[in-house]
Amino acid sequence: MSTVVENILDQTGVLDQSLESQMTLSMGPQHPSTHGVLRLDLKLDGELVVNVIPDIGYLHTGMEKLFEYKKYQQGIVITDRMDYLNPLGNNLAYVMAAEKLLDLEIPERAQVIRVLMCELQRIASHMVWLGTHALDIGAMSVFFYCFRQREKILNLIESASGGRMTPSYFRIGGLMMDLPAGFERRCNQFMADFPEAMNTFETLVTGNTIWMSRTKGVGYISTEDAIDWGLTGPCLRGSGVDLDLRRDNPYTGYETYDFDVPTEPDGDVWARFRVRMRECYESYKIVRQALDRLKPGPIKADAPKVVLPDRDDMRKHMDSLIHHFLIVAEGFNVPPGEVYMPIEASKGELGVYMKSNGGPKPERVHFRGPSFVNLSALPAMSEGEMIADVVAIIGSLDIVLGEIDR
Amino acid sequence: MTEKLQEFVEKLKSLNPAWVTDVIEGHGEVTLMVPGESIVDVCRFMKVEQGFDLLADLCGADRGPEEDPRFEVDYHLFSTKHHNRLRLKVLLSEDDPHVMTVTQIWKTANWHERETYDLLGVIFDGHPDLRRILLPSDFDGHALRKDYPLRGYEPYSLN
Repeated sequence: MSTVVENILDQTGVLDQSLESQMTLSMGPQHPSTHGVLRLDLKLDGELVVNVIPDIGYLHTGMEKLFEYKKYQQGIVITDRMDYLNPLGNNLAYVMAAEKLLDLEIPERAQVIRVLMCELQRIASHMVWLGTHALDIGAMSVFFYCFRQREKILNLIESASGGRMTPSYFRIGGLMMDLPAGFERRCNQFMADFPEAMNTFETLVTGNTIWMSRTKGVGYISTEDAIDWGLTGPCLRGSGVDLDLRRDNPYTGYETYDFDVPTEPDGDVWARFRVRMRECYESYKIVRQALDRLKPGPIKADAPKVVLPDRDDMRKHMDSLIHHFLIVAEGFNVPPGEVYMPIEASKGELGVYMKSNGGPKPERVHFRGPSFVNLSALPAMSEGEMIADVVAIIGSLDIVLGEIDR
Repeated sequence: MTEKLQEFVEKLKSLNPAWVTDVIEGHGEVTLMVPGESIVDVCRFMKVEQGFDLLADLCGADRGPEEDPRFEVDYHLFSTKHHNRLRLKVLLSEDDPHVMTVTQIWKTANWHERETYDLLGVIFDGHPDLRRILLPSDFDGHALRKDYPLRGYEPYSLN
């Protein structure tokens, strides 16, 4: 190497990094296994990872700023675009935060439908996770089977809300509209096929020795570290912490449903994989119970100043028409205060911090995204692992960059 | 306020009355107003003695340029053992938006504090790596401040 080049390298600090064994590798943002636009600065010693620095923000669209300029009901459509694999979960957290500020009582049928749809969405989200996670590790065919199941759920969601990935189905005070005719029959059809599909996944993946050797003992994080890093959801339960907000901070009537909280003690990629697989069965159980509980009834809260009236009412009643006009044109005032509404989304604790100053627009909305926090623990999990295992660890975290960058 | 939370608040107050300047209840949630200089002590006490081992969320808010104190930082504490939640709130003035970091207590505070710094300009003293996280490093201003226009000052260019 010429002295000139050496000097330049020395000044820029590149020489330190280019010693015989260490190198810096920039992975992403277009790398397919970073699940979106995540960039990782990997410091490598041969194939061993010395340090990982995640670089995020490529998808930042200022959603939290946008909330402050939109009326409460307009904010719902923004939430769809955060965690786009679990949009109904985002809808739920957002509308429940507003409902908490407004002190609204939600009718039984709306609660049941919310649980039903959220659990279907959780299964759909886990299907995408399993498919892409397996694809990252090298098992291609799983992806097609998973997406076939997800497609059926998206069709169900589409039939109810009109949207596949951006349903905006929940409204402050209830639902956008009731389930369509024949929904239960189609849902039952999906439910009848689903155990068979789960069997397929278990056969394809769970007993597979290649899968086991790629996941067991990889990406370990201890129970104390997992809590310290703020992990929630399946990642935390994969480290042996028995915590599920559906059971421990119940909302939408989850306390009346019968389900187990799967935990695995190992804290590695395999444990997180097992937790999510077992969660699919639990969600299946909850959907079954919710289907049994579907009784006819109102789907909107009795709060004419907040909830849009039915079209039929508007044709018959003057006051309904006035309320509709006022809600659409001016919005509704929310009493001053602040709330933090945590729910158990498919990836962990999704918390909405909402602050109102009494007007029709929120003063501050903050989303505590589970992916954001879970990704911050990536360096702790991947140091000392092989570079190929980093891909497996990212897959096991189940991140969605739309929610991380917001 | 539930009895359990009442107990935590009383214990905290009895240990050092200066730690809690006010207790606000609303919508079933409890907010403790904590002076900025004692936030680290309060957090450590809450984690070690009271079992609030998980920092669920840390975020900031701008109350508007005409307000004083202008900024607030909210710490949402959660316990994986007794499942209670508590909010700590620190108020900061615009001239001195500094508060001590809590990264040595919860590692998860690292990214939350970077985000709050990035979007609101609150500076966390002692943070190991206080860089912008969502916006590019050469971004001008702090986007979530109320006086920052929704569409920015000028079209942002990647050059």
